[in-house]
Amino acid sequence: MTKHTELGLSEEEVLDMYRIMLTARRVDERMWLLNRAGKIPFVVSCQGQEVQQVAASFALNREKDYTAPYYRDVGVVLALGMSIKELMLQAFAKAEDPNSGGRQMPGHFGSRKLRMLTGSSPVTTQVPHAVGVGLACQMNNDDAIAFVTLGEGSSNQGDFHEGANFAAVHKLPVIIMVENNQYAISVALNEQVACEKISDRAIGYGMHGETVDGNDPFAVYRSVKQAADRAREGSGPTLIEAVSYRLTPHSSDDDDRTYRSEEEVKQAKEKDGLISFREYLIAHNILTEENEKEMEQTIKSLIDEATDYADAAPYASPDTLFDGVYQ
Amino acid sequence: MPVVSYIEAIKTAMEEEMERDERVFVLGEDVGKRGGVFRATEGLYERFGAKRVIDTPLAESAIAGVGIGAAMYGMIPIAEMQFADFILPAVNQIISEAAKIRYRSNNDWTCPITIRAPYGGGVHGALYHSQSIEAIFANQPGLKIVMPSSPRDAKGLLKAAIRDPDPVLYFEHKKAYRLLKEEIDNNEEVIEIGKANLIQEGTDITVITYGLCVHYAKEAAKELAEEQGIEVNLLDLRTIYPLDQEAIINAVNKTGKVLLITEDNKEGSIISEVSAIIGEHCLFELDAPIKRLAGPNVPAMPYAPTLEKAFMVNQDKIKQAMLELALF
Repeated sequence: MTKHTELGLSEEEVLDMYRIMLTARRVDERMWLLNRAGKIPFVVSCQGQEVQQVAASFALNREKDYTAPYYRDVGVVLALGMSIKELMLQAFAKAEDPNSGGRQMPGHFGSRKLRMLTGSSPVTTQVPHAVGVGLACQMNNDDAIAFVTLGEGSSNQGDFHEGANFAAVHKLPVIIMVENNQYAISVALNEQVACEKISDRAIGYGMHGETVDGNDPFAVYRSVKQAADRAREGSGPTLIEAVSYRLTPHSSDDDDRTYRSEEEVKQAKEKDGLISFREYLIAHNILTEENEKEMEQTIKSLIDEATDYADAAPYASPDTLFDGVYQ
Repeated sequence: MPVVSYIEAIKTAMEEEMERDERVFVLGEDVGKRGGVFRATEGLYERFGAKRVIDTPLAESAIAGVGIGAAMYGMIPIAEMQFADFILPAVNQIISEAAKIRYRSNNDWTCPITIRAPYGGGVHGALYHSQSIEAIFANQPGLKIVMPSSPRDAKGLLKAAIRDPDPVLYFEHKKAYRLLKEEIDNNEEVIEIGKANLIQEGTDITVITYGLCVHYAKEAAKELAEEQGIEVNLLDLRTIYPLDQEAIINAVNKTGKVLLITEDNKEGSIISEVSAIIGEHCLFELDAPIKRLAGPNVPAMPYAPTLEKAFMVNQDKIKQAMLELALF
């Protein structure tokens, strides 16, 4: 039995997962080019985390569950149904951007239609929000669950603790996934936490916790699927730590050569989950030379189209500055 | 007509709104079985159950943040901060999140939460159970802040806050809980947020204040009218953010002399903004400098009764300030 059939995933599903991961990577790469060309002011990257983001999203019920993604979650938002065009509209800060109409920086996702909570820049405030959604689901006998992500540095925030504790006390249908990419801007993991694993913190809350290899889509999918099942059957929240590596600087304004070696980054790139997943799909004859070429071409043309569209789209009129302060 | 205390009015407003709309629920510390440390939620747990009157862990940012999440889902939470002094850990959730959710999502998401917090001194509460902290929130577009001065307002403003589609901070004065009682004739009254209330008309001086100070000012004005024949035009702000500019300007222009009162420290307080509005709009109508009466600029109200009394704005201090202004 193959890894994907063991998890009940069809060939189409795993190929779709790969397509979305690859899309996230290619969109991100394009945004760096646009930034360096002076077309967009800012990029904050998903590179190195696409595998865990997409695999986790596929383990949710994408028709009814709620998400509170953090700023690197291009893979999550694509998997939930945000389009490349919408991401480009956000990057270009155009009026049509569904996340904020160009009010927020890139990476600040939100879509009521996709049940994706609007996010802010102060990190980890989304954890109590997801817990509040979980509470509302429980109160309304809604079998939806709330899935929230954050970085490992953010797991030091008070809101992480307050939210996780609340969710555990009330046995709420919440999955908290920490995307441990080893760095909080320049500060490495061992200067952020003294515990061996971020998931060890689950013990203190009385909830289930586990650490998975974020580069392994099957491990992440299994972990989130089991957490979702537990949440739906009333067994409460789960803390998942997905471990990967941030392959780019923190953002387009960062220079990671000031705090980590190029050798370290090079080694991490060799372990990139996108490479091993591709190899898996080729080995199982799911990804062929032919459909891979077609996939890359389709993604490229969608990105080209989205870039042109977003570049040409209008900004919000200054007249709208006062809209949406109150109803 | 039943005589209702300020705290009973608050409880009744919540009870009626919970009865009216199933989405309304209460969360906070000790709000359940205990019925709140001040008894503001007394009986709600028995009536609506543990699912709608939720005892939370002792963590204010979660009380606000979980409420905000539930509000985004479509619920109507009433989050209780046990004391306004303890709201500070939740400031990030209130200012960075609740206040900006509608704006940052370009009207896609909304946050109809009410956050109740007992404020104010004169109750032997010392530094951390006496503060007026409304000014911290009173320059945050996206938020509304109401501070009722009577049982009738307490009820009508709380109902309005709960029904409001945007986040509302509701500061209730602890000393008013059992001090203020009145007959409430219209049970269903909802008092519009954003409108000040002219408590009494007068031609000699204008007094603008809010919260418990309205009560003190009313009493002081009664004495001055009887003893000196001074007629006070008294405006209750009711909503302290955003301010009712028109009502402020009209009230000032009527007498040309204005006294502004807050229990908070004077610097950077609500009345500082009121005086700026007056300075911008009423300069040529003024017959005396703007007069302000406020708490002194010390960090907070001390415990010892002598020091507490020296800090607290009261009827005598207000009467004295009114008289000085009238005689100017």
